[in-house]
Amino acid sequence: MEWSILFQTLIAGIMVGGLYGLIGMGMAINFGVLRIINLAQGELLMVGMYVCYWLFTLYKLDPLLSPLITVPFLFLLGVTIHRFLLTPLMRARAPAENQILLTVGVGLVLTNLALLMFTANYRSVSTSYSTELISLGNLSVSLPLTLAFAFALAISGSLYLFLTKTELGKAIRATAQDPEAALLMGVNVDRVSVITFGIGAALEGAAGSLLIIVYYLFPALGGIFTLKAFIVVVLGGLGSTIGALLGGLTLGIAESLGAVYVSTGYKDAIGFIIFVLVLIFRPAGLVGRARM
Amino acid sequence: MDMRRGLIRFGKGFGLLLIALLAVFPFLVPDPYFLHMAILFLLWVVLGASWNLLGGYGGQVSFGHAAFFGVGAYTSSLLFTKAGILPWLGMILGGIGGVIIAIPIGFICFRLRGPFFALSMLALSESLRLVALNWRSLTEGAVGILLPPLFKSKIPYYYIILAVAAITLIVIYKVVDSKLGFYLVAIREDQDAAESLGIDTTTYKVLALLISAFFTGMAGSFYANYMAYIDPSIVFSIVDISIAMILVAVRGGVGTLLGPGVGALVIVVLSEVFRTLFAAANLIIYGILIILVILFMPEGVVGGLKRYLAPRLPKEALHPEAVRAQASGEGPN
Repeated sequence: MEWSILFQTLIAGIMVGGLYGLIGMGMAINFGVLRIINLAQGELLMVGMYVCYWLFTLYKLDPLLSPLITVPFLFLLGVTIHRFLLTPLMRARAPAENQILLTVGVGLVLTNLALLMFTANYRSVSTSYSTELISLGNLSVSLPLTLAFAFALAISGSLYLFLTKTELGKAIRATAQDPEAALLMGVNVDRVSVITFGIGAALEGAAGSLLIIVYYLFPALGGIFTLKAFIVVVLGGLGSTIGALLGGLTLGIAESLGAVYVSTGYKDAIGFIIFVLVLIFRPAGLVGRARM
Repeated sequence: MDMRRGLIRFGKGFGLLLIALLAVFPFLVPDPYFLHMAILFLLWVVLGASWNLLGGYGGQVSFGHAAFFGVGAYTSSLLFTKAGILPWLGMILGGIGGVIIAIPIGFICFRLRGPFFALSMLALSESLRLVALNWRSLTEGAVGILLPPLFKSKIPYYYIILAVAAITLIVIYKVVDSKLGFYLVAIREDQDAAESLGIDTTTYKVLALLISAFFTGMAGSFYANYMAYIDPSIVFSIVDISIAMILVAVRGGVGTLLGPGVGALVIVVLSEVFRTLFAAANLIIYGILIILVILFMPEGVVGGLKRYLAPRLPKEALHPEAVRAQASGEGPN
């Protein structure tokens, strides 16, 4: 019985961790290529979730199909933010804290727009599979969580293939490694930067579509997930997308173990404790290949 | 050159006038509302100046100074309600509380470069908020702590925070003018060069952090006593404390002495105006304002004025980081 609780906790942690990984990946790719930390990342996730929520409520669109809309929508939002806010700032070569502060401003605007438009009410979608469980002997896992996990892995896998196999993906990685050299090799670095920021936002759109089937939605959710994404990114080694997935899994497992064996109130604090431990012992992240 | 000397003389005279005005302010304007505004203004001067020492002069940007603010607030409040220690001593102990929190985080993070420190501070302040929220037997959790106010009138509070602000500014002025100050600027400009000249960069960064944490903790203690109520979401707030502190420093002008004063004035007046004018939308406007300030006034009010007053100074002199980025070709593009 004891063991089944442990396994159950681990499985739930891994699945939530897959989602965290996907959420962190958006921030990781932004950091890797643009060298900025987007503190509005969670707020973009929140926007994705609202889009998904209204598509479901108004048009009965299944959340698992909604990435078809949330992904392009968030991509455009990301491109807009980059084009009109970040690009001028980068042109002016402002210090890094200004760029981070700017994203804080963007996050504040998004959160409070959501608050004004949709109130602070908690919302959730109830699909036909919302409450179903998969049973494996003693263990039972929620079906929506399993679906979300599978989709998260599939999206992460596609991102990996995109980055390693396509021309554009290679250009993005080249820019991440050395923007000057990439420029000399004929990569349009400005364009790549915009697209990367768009992809970072689009990933949050995809993650929002998955998160909404297992979690509830409210305007202040953005801040919470920005912090989670950030922990995930540091655990994985700043800027590494595969690292982000590992970081997400670590955070998910630690949180669910903490919630079961310590206390639910301290669940979030456990993430920060791991974060500090990683900073002390493995500052380059768990994978340990990050470049500063 | 003559014009500049005249300006400096004018500045000194203006400063003296300002000090005299601040000293008699409660008698000139006895209205409690304006006195409250003045108290908040001085509180933000302390906070902005503390952040500025580390972030502006030392280049070590922190996104979680609320950690020190909250620890200061909780230290003095708990000492007052549980042990009966009066806030006079409590305020100093609150500052020391901030320092105690700052020591480990400084030594852990300052070994690393890049955004580690900025973001570890964010994580630290969030962790402390969660601890304050969940350690109910000590902190009353989300219920918060109600403190019996020491004075009915706002005037004593005004003079206390005026004294704290004066001490903070004098200490920071002395620090900036001392060896430590020059070391800090050297570290901000080029850490490798500073290190190769024999500056123990980690130690000096930690030292600046401790001074900054001490005054932030003191400000937190003062805030708790003045407001007579604290809870975790107020004193450990990212937006209302940590980000606002950066804004005070950035709006005023990073790495300038006058900056925090100007920034504090702007933030207190604007947030008051927004609250009355836009009600529910005030945080949206606040967010938009952050974006606009950063886009159009990246050097802050004082930085912008400096450039205006010293036209011979090339733009880059105010933006050393940009020059370095350009020179070494490690710019964001």
